[in-house]
Amino acid sequence: MKSFDFIETSIEGSVAVIELNRPRQLNSLNRKLVSELVEAMEHFDRNDQVRIIVLTGKGRAFSAGADIDEMTDDDPISLELLNQFADWDRFALIKKPLIGAVKGFVFGGGFELALCCDILIAASGTEFSFPEVGLGVMPGAGGTQRLTKLAGRTKALEWLWTGERVSAEDALRYGVINKIVASELLMEEALKFANRLAKQPPLSLRLIKDSVNKAVDSSLSEGMQYERKNFYLLFATQDQKEGMNAFIEKRKPDYRGK
Amino acid sequence: MFETIRYEVKDAVAWLYLNRPDSLNAFVAKMNREVKVAVKTASNDEQVRCIVITGEGRAFCSGQDLSEVDEQMDHGQVLRDHYGPMIKQIRLCDKPIVAAVNGVAAGAGFSLALACDFRVVSERASFLNAFIHVGLIPDSGNLYYLSQLVGQTKAVELSILGEKVSATDALHMGLASKVYPFESWEEDVAAFAGRLATLPTKAIGLIKRSLMAIPQLSFEDYLEHEAQGQRIAGLTNDHREGVTAFMEKRKPVFSGQ
Repeated sequence: MKSFDFIETSIEGSVAVIELNRPRQLNSLNRKLVSELVEAMEHFDRNDQVRIIVLTGKGRAFSAGADIDEMTDDDPISLELLNQFADWDRFALIKKPLIGAVKGFVFGGGFELALCCDILIAASGTEFSFPEVGLGVMPGAGGTQRLTKLAGRTKALEWLWTGERVSAEDALRYGVINKIVASELLMEEALKFANRLAKQPPLSLRLIKDSVNKAVDSSLSEGMQYERKNFYLLFATQDQKEGMNAFIEKRKPDYRGK
Repeated sequence: MFETIRYEVKDAVAWLYLNRPDSLNAFVAKMNREVKVAVKTASNDEQVRCIVITGEGRAFCSGQDLSEVDEQMDHGQVLRDHYGPMIKQIRLCDKPIVAAVNGVAAGAGFSLALACDFRVVSERASFLNAFIHVGLIPDSGNLYYLSQLVGQTKAVELSILGEKVSATDALHMGLASKVYPFESWEEDVAAFAGRLATLPTKAIGLIKRSLMAIPQLSFEDYLEHEAQGQRIAGLTNDHREGVTAFMEKRKPVFSGQ
Protein backbone atom coordinates (compact mmCIF):
# COMPACT_ATOMS: atom_id res chain seq x y z
CA MET A 1 0.00 0.00 0.00
CA LYS A 2 1.18 3.55 -0.77
CA SER A 3 2.57 5.67 2.01
CA PHE A 4 0.61 8.52 3.55
CA ASP A 5 1.55 11.82 5.19
CA PHE A 6 -0.72 11.73 8.20
CA ILE A 7 -1.56 8.09 8.80
CA GLU A 8 0.33 4.80 8.91
CA THR A 9 -1.06 1.45 7.87
CA SER A 10 -0.03 -2.17 8.32
CA ILE A 11 -1.47 -5.64 7.94
CA GLU A 12 -0.86 -8.49 10.34
CA GLY A 13 -2.53 -11.75 9.39
CA SER A 14 -6.06 -10.80 8.48
CA VAL A 15 -6.18 -7.63 10.57
CA ALA A 16 -5.37 -4.22 9.08
CA VAL A 17 -4.23 -1.48 11.46
CA ILE A 18 -4.58 2.21 10.63
CA GLU A 19 -2.80 4.67 12.94
CA LEU A 20 -3.39 8.41 13.00
CA ASN A 21 0.12 9.76 12.78
CA ARG A 22 0.29 13.37 13.96
CA PRO A 23 1.25 12.64 17.57
CA ARG A 24 2.78 16.08 18.15
CA GLN A 25 -0.55 17.68 17.24
CA LEU A 26 -2.36 15.05 19.34
CA ASN A 27 -3.59 13.61 16.03
CA SER A 28 -5.74 16.59 15.23
CA LEU A 29 -7.69 15.90 12.06
CA ASN A 30 -6.93 18.02 9.03
CA ARG A 31 -8.73 17.51 5.75
CA LYS A 32 -5.83 15.67 4.14
CA LEU A 33 -5.70 13.23 7.04
CA VAL A 34 -9.40 12.49 6.73
CA SER A 35 -9.15 11.84 3.01
CA GLU A 36 -6.12 9.58 3.56
CA LEU A 37 -8.10 7.73 6.18
CA VAL A 38 -11.04 7.16 3.84
CA GLU A 39 -8.71 6.00 1.11
CA ALA A 40 -6.95 3.51 3.39
CA MET A 41 -10.19 2.19 4.82
CA GLU A 42 -11.78 1.68 1.41
CA HIS A 43 -8.62 -0.01 0.23
CA PHE A 44 -8.69 -2.47 3.13
CA ASP A 45 -12.42 -2.94 2.70
CA ARG A 46 -11.71 -4.35 -0.78
CA ASN A 47 -8.56 -6.28 0.15
CA ASP A 48 -9.33 -10.02 0.37
CA GLN A 49 -6.56 -10.63 2.87
CA VAL A 50 -8.14 -8.21 5.37
CA ARG A 51 -11.08 -9.27 7.49
CA ILE A 52 -11.03 -6.69 10.28
CA ILE A 53 -9.82 -3.06 10.41
CA VAL A 54 -8.44 -1.54 13.61
CA LEU A 55 -8.20 2.25 13.93
CA THR A 56 -5.99 3.88 16.55
CA GLY A 57 -3.76 6.90 17.15
CA LYS A 58 -0.02 7.21 17.68
CA GLY A 59 1.17 8.94 20.83
CA ARG A 60 -0.78 9.67 23.97
CA ALA A 61 -4.11 10.74 22.46
CA PHE A 62 -6.44 9.15 19.95
CA SER A 63 -7.35 12.56 18.58
CA ALA A 64 -7.87 15.97 20.16
CA GLY A 65 -10.25 17.02 17.37
CA ALA A 66 -10.33 18.95 14.14
CA ASP A 67 -7.54 21.24 13.04
CA ILE A 68 -9.06 24.58 14.08
CA ASP A 69 -6.50 26.70 12.16
CA GLU A 70 -7.81 25.18 8.98
CA MET A 71 -11.35 26.49 9.42
CA THR A 72 -11.11 29.88 11.10
CA ASP A 73 -11.61 31.71 7.79
CA ASP A 74 -14.38 29.48 6.44
CA ASP A 75 -17.80 30.84 5.60
CA PRO A 76 -21.01 28.91 4.87
CA ILE A 77 -20.54 29.07 1.10
CA SER A 78 -16.91 27.97 1.17
CA LEU A 79 -17.89 25.07 3.43
CA GLU A 80 -20.77 24.07 1.15
CA LEU A 81 -18.51 24.16 -1.91
CA LEU A 82 -15.70 22.33 -0.15
CA ASN A 83 -18.19 19.62 0.94
CA GLN A 84 -15.60 18.14 3.27
CA PHE A 85 -18.09 15.94 5.10
CA ALA A 86 -18.62 13.90 1.95
CA ASP A 87 -15.42 12.09 2.98
CA TRP A 88 -16.93 11.39 6.40
CA ASP A 89 -20.04 9.90 4.80
CA ARG A 90 -17.83 7.25 3.24
CA PHE A 91 -16.73 5.93 6.65
CA ALA A 92 -20.30 4.75 7.16
CA LEU A 93 -20.13 2.69 3.98
CA ILE A 94 -17.23 0.50 5.11
CA LYS A 95 -18.55 -3.05 5.20
CA LYS A 96 -15.93 -4.82 7.28
CA PRO A 97 -15.87 -4.60 11.08
CA LEU A 98 -14.10 -1.45 12.20
CA ILE A 99 -12.63 -1.54 15.71
CA GLY A 100 -11.52 1.69 17.36
CA ALA A 101 -8.77 1.44 19.97
CA VAL A 102 -8.83 4.81 21.73
CA LYS A 103 -6.87 6.46 24.53
CA GLY A 104 -6.12 9.82 26.12
CA PHE A 105 -8.22 12.52 24.49
CA VAL A 106 -11.08 11.65 22.17
CA PHE A 107 -12.37 15.14 21.47
CA GLY A 108 -14.52 16.85 18.86
CA GLY A 109 -13.84 15.46 15.41
CA GLY A 110 -11.79 12.74 17.09
CA PHE A 111 -14.88 11.71 19.03
CA GLU A 112 -16.92 11.78 15.81
CA LEU A 113 -14.33 9.59 14.14
CA ALA A 114 -14.46 7.16 17.06
CA LEU A 115 -18.26 7.06 16.73
CA CYS A 116 -17.81 5.86 13.14
CA CYS A 117 -16.29 2.64 14.51
CA ASP A 118 -18.41 -0.46 15.12
CA ILE A 119 -16.65 -1.49 18.31
CA LEU A 120 -14.81 0.87 20.67
CA ILE A 121 -12.19 -0.28 23.14
CA ALA A 122 -10.85 2.45 25.40
CA ALA A 123 -7.72 2.59 27.53
CA SER A 124 -8.38 3.26 31.19
CA GLY A 125 -8.33 7.04 31.75
CA THR A 126 -9.58 7.94 28.28
CA GLU A 127 -11.68 11.12 28.17
CA PHE A 128 -14.37 11.90 25.59
CA SER A 129 -15.71 15.34 24.83
CA PHE A 130 -17.46 17.55 22.32
CA PRO A 131 -15.85 20.94 23.04
CA GLU A 132 -17.27 22.59 19.89
CA VAL A 133 -19.85 24.55 21.89
CA GLY A 134 -17.00 26.43 23.57
CA LEU A 135 -15.91 27.75 20.16
CA GLY A 136 -19.36 28.99 19.25
CA VAL A 137 -20.12 26.11 16.92
CA MET A 138 -21.26 22.49 17.23
CA PRO A 139 -20.25 19.08 15.88
CA GLY A 140 -20.70 18.77 12.13
CA ALA A 141 -19.52 15.28 11.25
CA GLY A 142 -22.22 13.23 12.92
CA GLY A 143 -21.56 13.98 16.59
CA THR A 144 -25.07 15.08 17.54
CA GLN A 145 -26.64 12.24 15.57
CA ARG A 146 -24.45 9.27 16.43
CA LEU A 147 -24.00 10.15 20.10
CA THR A 148 -27.76 10.50 20.51
CA LYS A 149 -28.37 7.13 18.86
CA LEU A 150 -25.91 5.51 21.26
CA ALA A 151 -26.38 7.28 24.57
CA GLY A 152 -29.90 8.69 24.15
CA ARG A 153 -31.12 12.26 24.07
CA THR A 154 -30.76 12.90 27.82
CA LYS A 155 -27.00 12.47 28.09
CA ALA A 156 -26.28 13.61 24.54
CA LEU A 157 -27.73 17.06 25.25
CA GLU A 158 -25.92 17.35 28.58
CA TRP A 159 -22.54 16.43 27.12
CA LEU A 160 -22.94 18.46 23.91
CA TRP A 161 -24.21 21.58 25.71
CA THR A 162 -21.59 21.64 28.45
CA GLY A 163 -18.68 20.32 26.41
CA GLU A 164 -17.58 18.55 29.60
CA ARG A 165 -15.14 15.67 29.58
CA VAL A 166 -16.80 12.29 29.88
CA SER A 167 -14.85 9.53 31.62
CA ALA A 168 -14.37 6.13 30.01
CA GLU A 169 -16.52 4.69 32.83
CA ASP A 170 -19.43 6.97 31.93
CA ALA A 171 -18.94 6.29 28.23
CA LEU A 172 -19.21 2.59 29.04
CA ARG A 173 -22.23 3.08 31.30
CA TYR A 174 -24.13 4.92 28.56
CA GLY A 175 -23.31 2.48 25.80
CA VAL A 176 -20.85 4.65 23.88
CA ILE A 177 -17.97 2.17 24.16
CA ASN A 178 -17.68 -1.60 24.49
CA LYS A 179 -14.98 -1.96 27.11
CA ILE A 180 -12.19 -0.39 29.11
CA VAL A 181 -8.79 -2.06 29.28
CA ALA A 182 -5.51 -1.22 31.03
CA SER A 183 -3.77 1.48 28.98
CA GLU A 184 -0.62 -0.63 28.66
CA LEU A 185 -2.64 -3.35 26.95
CA LEU A 186 -4.82 -1.28 24.62
CA MET A 187 -3.39 -2.55 21.34
CA GLU A 188 -2.89 -6.08 22.61
CA GLU A 189 -6.54 -6.31 23.71
CA ALA A 190 -7.85 -4.62 20.56
CA LEU A 191 -5.89 -7.02 18.36
CA LYS A 192 -7.00 -9.96 20.46
CA PHE A 193 -10.60 -8.94 19.89
CA ALA A 194 -9.93 -8.32 16.18
CA ASN A 195 -8.36 -11.75 15.77
CA ARG A 196 -11.29 -13.35 17.52
CA LEU A 197 -13.67 -11.68 15.05
CA ALA A 198 -11.36 -12.61 12.19
CA LYS A 199 -12.14 -16.28 12.84
CA GLN A 200 -15.87 -15.70 12.39
CA PRO A 201 -17.41 -16.13 8.93
CA PRO A 202 -16.75 -12.79 7.20
CA LEU A 203 -19.96 -12.69 5.23
CA SER A 204 -21.98 -13.23 8.38
CA LEU A 205 -20.16 -10.35 10.05
CA ARG A 206 -20.77 -8.23 7.00
CA LEU A 207 -24.51 -8.84 6.78
CA ILE A 208 -24.93 -8.59 10.55
CA LYS A 209 -23.35 -5.13 10.42
CA ASP A 210 -25.58 -4.23 7.49
CA SER A 211 -28.70 -5.41 9.36
CA VAL A 212 -27.82 -3.79 12.69
CA ASN A 213 -27.14 -0.49 10.93
CA LYS A 214 -30.56 -0.84 9.29
CA ALA A 215 -32.11 -1.19 12.74
CA VAL A 216 -30.60 2.14 13.81
CA ASP A 217 -32.04 3.92 10.81
CA SER A 218 -35.47 2.44 10.02
CA SER A 219 -38.75 1.15 11.41
CA LEU A 220 -38.91 -2.28 13.05
CA SER A 221 -41.07 -3.85 10.36
CA GLU A 222 -38.83 -2.56 7.60
CA GLY A 223 -35.78 -3.79 9.50
CA MET A 224 -37.33 -7.23 10.01
CA GLN A 225 -37.89 -7.65 6.28
CA TYR A 226 -34.35 -6.47 5.62
CA GLU A 227 -32.89 -8.89 8.17
CA ARG A 228 -34.83 -11.78 6.62
CA LYS A 229 -33.38 -11.14 3.17
CA ASN A 230 -29.86 -11.01 4.60
CA PHE A 231 -30.50 -14.24 6.50
CA TYR A 232 -31.64 -15.97 3.28
CA LEU A 233 -28.69 -14.53 1.41
CA LEU A 234 -26.21 -16.21 3.75
CA PHE A 235 -27.57 -19.59 2.65
CA ALA A 236 -25.92 -18.88 -0.70
CA THR A 237 -22.47 -18.92 0.93
CA GLN A 238 -19.94 -21.72 1.18
CA ASP A 239 -19.34 -20.67 4.76
CA GLN A 240 -22.96 -21.54 5.65
CA LYS A 241 -22.41 -25.10 4.35
CA GLU A 242 -19.07 -25.28 6.12
CA GLY A 243 -20.48 -23.95 9.40
CA MET A 244 -23.43 -26.31 9.49
CA ASN A 245 -21.43 -29.35 8.32
CA ALA A 246 -18.77 -28.69 10.93
CA PHE A 247 -21.49 -28.48 13.57
CA ILE A 248 -22.96 -31.83 12.51
CA GLU A 249 -19.52 -33.45 12.21
CA LYS A 250 -18.51 -31.99 15.59
CA ARG A 251 -15.38 -30.29 14.26
CA LYS A 252 -14.15 -26.70 14.06
CA PRO A 253 -15.32 -24.81 10.98
CA ASP A 254 -12.82 -23.23 8.60
CA TYR A 255 -14.38 -20.14 7.06
CA ARG A 256 -13.20 -18.78 3.72
CA GLY A 257 -15.34 -15.69 3.38
CA LYS A 258 -17.10 -17.08 0.33
CA MET B 1 9.42 26.67 44.04
CA PHE B 2 6.98 26.00 46.92
CA GLU B 3 5.94 28.27 49.81
CA THR B 4 3.78 26.14 52.05
CA ILE B 5 5.61 22.86 51.60
CA ARG B 6 9.17 21.66 51.21
CA TYR B 7 9.91 19.11 48.52
CA GLU B 8 13.07 17.10 47.99
CA VAL B 9 14.08 13.87 46.30
CA LYS B 10 16.71 11.71 47.97
CA ASP B 11 17.66 8.11 47.14
CA ALA B 12 14.55 7.45 45.03
CA VAL B 13 12.25 8.82 47.74
CA ALA B 14 10.32 12.09 47.29
CA TRP B 15 9.88 13.86 50.62
CA LEU B 16 6.98 16.26 50.90
CA TYR B 17 7.02 18.29 54.13
CA LEU B 18 3.93 20.27 55.05
CA ASN B 19 5.69 23.44 56.08
CA ARG B 20 3.51 25.81 58.07
CA PRO B 21 4.63 24.71 61.54
CA ASP B 22 3.43 27.93 63.22
CA SER B 23 -0.16 27.00 62.40
CA LEU B 24 0.39 23.25 62.91
CA ASN B 25 0.61 22.85 59.12
CA ALA B 26 -3.00 23.89 58.63
CA PHE B 27 -4.31 23.86 55.08
CA VAL B 28 -4.68 27.06 53.11
CA ALA B 29 -5.73 26.95 49.46
CA LYS B 30 -2.12 27.39 48.41
CA MET B 31 -1.05 24.33 50.36
CA ASN B 32 -3.78 22.21 48.70
CA ARG B 33 -2.42 23.31 45.37
CA GLU B 34 1.22 22.78 46.26
CA VAL B 35 0.61 19.29 47.63
CA LYS B 36 -1.19 18.46 44.39
CA VAL B 37 1.66 19.81 42.25
CA ALA B 38 4.31 18.02 44.33
CA VAL B 39 2.51 14.68 44.13
CA LYS B 40 2.15 15.10 40.38
CA THR B 41 5.83 16.02 40.05
CA ALA B 42 6.86 12.95 42.05
CA SER B 43 4.48 10.73 40.05
CA ASN B 44 6.10 11.82 36.79
CA ASP B 45 9.70 11.74 38.06
CA GLU B 46 11.27 8.47 36.93
CA GLN B 47 13.85 8.65 39.73
CA VAL B 48 11.12 8.52 42.37
CA ARG B 49 9.89 5.13 43.60
CA CYS B 50 8.25 6.15 46.87
CA ILE B 51 6.59 9.34 48.18
CA VAL B 52 6.48 10.39 51.82
CA ILE B 53 4.16 13.11 53.14
CA THR B 54 5.02 14.39 56.61
CA GLY B 55 4.78 17.52 58.73
CA GLU B 56 7.39 20.03 59.89
CA GLY B 57 7.37 20.73 63.63
CA ARG B 58 5.18 18.97 66.14
CA ALA B 59 2.01 18.38 64.06
CA PHE B 60 1.33 16.37 60.93
CA CYS B 61 -1.52 18.63 59.81
CA SER B 62 -4.29 20.30 61.80
CA GLY B 63 -6.77 20.53 58.91
CA GLN B 64 -8.27 23.64 57.36
CA ASP B 65 -6.77 26.92 58.54
CA LEU B 66 -9.79 28.53 60.16
CA SER B 67 -8.37 32.00 59.67
CA GLU B 68 -9.00 31.49 55.96
CA VAL B 69 -12.62 30.52 56.55
CA ASP B 70 -15.16 33.13 55.74
CA GLU B 71 -18.71 32.49 56.87
CA GLN B 72 -20.05 33.53 53.46
CA MET B 73 -18.05 30.87 51.66
CA ASP B 74 -19.55 27.90 49.88
CA HIS B 75 -18.05 24.92 51.73
CA GLY B 76 -18.93 22.54 48.90
CA GLN B 77 -17.15 24.69 46.35
CA VAL B 78 -13.99 24.84 48.47
CA LEU B 79 -13.90 21.04 48.37
CA ARG B 80 -14.49 20.92 44.61
CA ASP B 81 -11.87 23.59 43.91
CA HIS B 82 -9.10 22.79 46.40
CA TYR B 83 -9.33 19.57 48.42
CA GLY B 84 -10.90 17.34 45.76
CA PRO B 85 -8.19 17.94 43.13
CA MET B 86 -5.46 17.29 45.74
CA ILE B 87 -7.00 14.01 46.91
CA LYS B 88 -7.66 12.89 43.32
CA GLN B 89 -4.02 13.54 42.43
CA ILE B 90 -2.95 11.26 45.27
CA ARG B 91 -5.39 8.58 44.11
CA LEU B 92 -4.03 8.80 40.55
CA CYS B 93 -0.47 8.12 41.69
CA ASP B 94 0.84 4.65 40.82
CA LYS B 95 3.75 4.89 43.28
CA PRO B 96 3.54 3.99 46.95
CA ILE B 97 2.64 6.99 49.14
CA VAL B 98 3.39 6.99 52.85
CA ALA B 99 1.85 9.38 55.35
CA ALA B 100 4.54 9.70 58.03
CA VAL B 101 2.29 11.01 60.78
CA ASN B 102 4.69 12.77 63.13
CA GLY B 103 2.05 14.44 65.34
CA VAL B 104 -1.60 15.33 65.33
CA ALA B 105 -3.56 14.66 62.15
CA ALA B 106 -6.88 16.44 62.53
CA GLY B 107 -9.75 17.21 60.17
CA ALA B 108 -8.56 17.42 56.59
CA GLY B 109 -5.10 16.49 57.89
CA PHE B 110 -6.62 13.15 58.93
CA SER B 111 -8.20 12.90 55.46
CA LEU B 112 -4.84 13.52 53.81
CA ALA B 113 -3.28 10.68 55.81
CA LEU B 114 -6.19 8.39 54.90
CA ALA B 115 -5.69 9.01 51.19
CA CYS B 116 -2.14 7.63 51.38
CA ASP B 117 -1.31 3.93 51.01
CA PHE B 118 0.50 3.59 54.32
CA ARG B 119 0.25 5.44 57.61
CA VAL B 120 3.34 5.04 59.73
CA VAL B 121 2.95 6.97 62.94
CA SER B 122 5.07 8.39 65.70
CA GLU B 123 4.17 7.29 69.21
CA ARG B 124 3.34 10.97 69.73
CA ALA B 125 0.90 11.09 66.82
CA SER B 126 -2.86 11.10 67.07
CA PHE B 127 -5.84 11.20 64.74
CA LEU B 128 -8.89 13.33 65.23
CA ASN B 129 -11.97 13.54 63.02
CA ALA B 130 -12.63 17.04 64.31
CA PHE B 131 -15.28 18.06 61.79
CA ILE B 132 -18.21 17.18 64.09
CA HIS B 133 -16.95 19.64 66.69
CA VAL B 134 -17.68 22.52 64.32
CA GLY B 135 -20.89 21.00 62.99
CA LEU B 136 -19.43 19.75 59.70
CA ILE B 137 -18.99 16.34 58.12
CA PRO B 138 -15.64 14.63 57.46
CA ASP B 139 -14.52 15.65 53.97
CA SER B 140 -11.78 15.23 51.36
CA GLY B 141 -12.63 11.56 50.92
CA ASN B 142 -12.38 10.93 54.66
CA LEU B 143 -15.40 8.65 55.15
CA TYR B 144 -14.81 6.82 51.89
CA TYR B 145 -11.36 5.72 53.02
CA LEU B 146 -12.07 5.52 56.74
CA SER B 147 -14.99 3.10 56.34
CA GLN B 148 -12.84 0.86 54.14
CA LEU B 149 -9.93 0.92 56.56
CA VAL B 150 -11.61 0.48 59.93
CA GLY B 151 -15.14 -0.69 59.05
CA GLN B 152 -18.50 0.87 59.76
CA THR B 153 -18.49 0.55 63.55
CA LYS B 154 -15.26 2.43 64.09
CA ALA B 155 -15.90 4.90 61.26
CA VAL B 156 -19.14 5.94 62.93
CA GLU B 157 -17.46 6.23 66.34
CA LEU B 158 -14.55 8.32 65.13
CA SER B 159 -16.69 10.61 63.01
CA ILE B 160 -19.73 11.16 65.23
CA LEU B 161 -18.10 11.10 68.66
CA GLY B 162 -15.03 12.89 67.39
CA GLU B 163 -12.72 11.27 69.94
CA LYS B 164 -8.99 11.38 69.61
CA VAL B 165 -7.26 8.16 68.50
CA SER B 166 -3.82 7.46 69.95
CA ALA B 167 -1.00 5.94 67.91
CA THR B 168 -1.41 2.55 69.59
CA ASP B 169 -5.18 2.52 69.06
CA ALA B 170 -4.63 3.50 65.43
CA LEU B 171 -2.35 0.49 65.02
CA HIS B 172 -4.89 -1.86 66.62
CA MET B 173 -7.83 -0.70 64.57
CA GLY B 174 -5.94 -1.05 61.29
CA LEU B 175 -5.52 2.65 60.69
CA ALA B 176 -1.74 2.58 60.94
CA SER B 177 0.85 0.08 59.72
CA LYS B 178 3.67 0.89 62.14
CA VAL B 179 4.23 2.88 65.31
CA TYR B 180 7.77 4.19 65.76
CA PRO B 181 9.34 5.62 68.91
CA PHE B 182 9.95 9.36 69.02
CA GLU B 183 13.72 8.95 69.45
CA SER B 184 14.30 7.01 66.22
CA TRP B 185 11.36 8.51 64.22
CA GLU B 186 13.31 9.96 61.32
CA GLU B 187 15.56 6.92 60.81
CA ASP B 188 12.62 4.54 61.06
CA VAL B 189 10.55 6.45 58.51
CA ALA B 190 13.54 6.74 56.18
CA ALA B 191 14.15 2.99 56.47
CA PHE B 192 10.48 2.20 55.75
CA ALA B 193 10.40 4.51 52.71
CA GLY B 194 13.78 3.22 51.55
CA ARG B 195 12.49 -0.33 51.64
CA LEU B 196 9.43 0.61 49.55
CA ALA B 197 11.71 2.32 47.05
CA THR B 198 13.56 -0.95 46.38
CA LEU B 199 10.44 -3.04 45.69
CA PRO B 200 9.05 -3.70 42.18
CA THR B 201 7.43 -0.28 41.66
CA LYS B 202 5.34 -1.26 38.67
CA ALA B 203 3.80 -4.21 40.51
CA ILE B 204 3.01 -1.94 43.47
CA GLY B 205 1.13 0.39 41.12
CA LEU B 206 -0.80 -2.54 39.69
CA ILE B 207 -1.73 -3.76 43.17
CA LYS B 208 -2.96 -0.26 44.02
CA ARG B 209 -5.01 -0.14 40.83
CA SER B 210 -6.60 -3.53 41.58
CA LEU B 211 -7.47 -2.59 45.14
CA MET B 212 -9.02 0.68 44.00
CA ALA B 213 -11.05 -1.04 41.30
CA ILE B 214 -12.67 -3.55 43.66
CA PRO B 215 -15.60 -1.44 44.92
CA GLN B 216 -16.79 -0.79 41.37
CA LEU B 217 -16.34 -4.25 39.87
CA SER B 218 -18.27 -7.50 39.95
CA PHE B 219 -16.20 -10.57 40.79
CA GLU B 220 -16.16 -11.66 37.13
CA ASP B 221 -15.00 -8.22 36.02
CA TYR B 222 -12.44 -8.16 38.81
CA LEU B 223 -10.90 -11.42 37.57
CA GLU B 224 -10.52 -9.87 34.11
CA HIS B 225 -9.00 -6.73 35.66
CA GLU B 226 -6.59 -8.94 37.58
CA ALA B 227 -5.64 -10.87 34.43
CA GLN B 228 -4.75 -7.64 32.65
CA GLY B 229 -2.73 -6.48 35.66
CA GLN B 230 -0.80 -9.73 35.80
CA ARG B 231 -0.14 -9.54 32.04
CA ILE B 232 1.43 -6.10 32.54
CA ALA B 233 3.43 -7.25 35.57
CA GLY B 234 4.56 -10.34 33.67
CA LEU B 235 6.19 -8.10 31.07
CA THR B 236 8.29 -6.08 33.55
CA ASN B 237 12.04 -6.37 34.02
CA ASP B 238 11.42 -6.67 37.74
CA HIS B 239 9.42 -9.85 37.23
CA ARG B 240 12.26 -11.35 35.21
CA GLU B 241 14.78 -10.21 37.81
CA GLY B 242 12.69 -11.74 40.60
CA VAL B 243 12.51 -15.10 38.88
CA THR B 244 16.19 -15.07 37.91
CA ALA B 245 17.26 -14.15 41.44
CA PHE B 246 15.14 -16.96 42.83
CA MET B 247 16.77 -19.48 40.46
CA GLU B 248 20.22 -18.16 41.28
CA LYS B 249 19.41 -18.20 45.00
CA ARG B 250 20.32 -14.54 45.49
CA LYS B 251 18.48 -11.40 46.53
CA PRO B 252 16.69 -9.67 43.65
CA VAL B 253 17.69 -6.13 42.69
CA PHE B 254 14.57 -4.42 41.37
CA SER B 255 14.86 -1.41 39.09
CA GLY B 256 11.22 -0.35 39.24
CA GLN B 257 10.90 -1.03 35.51
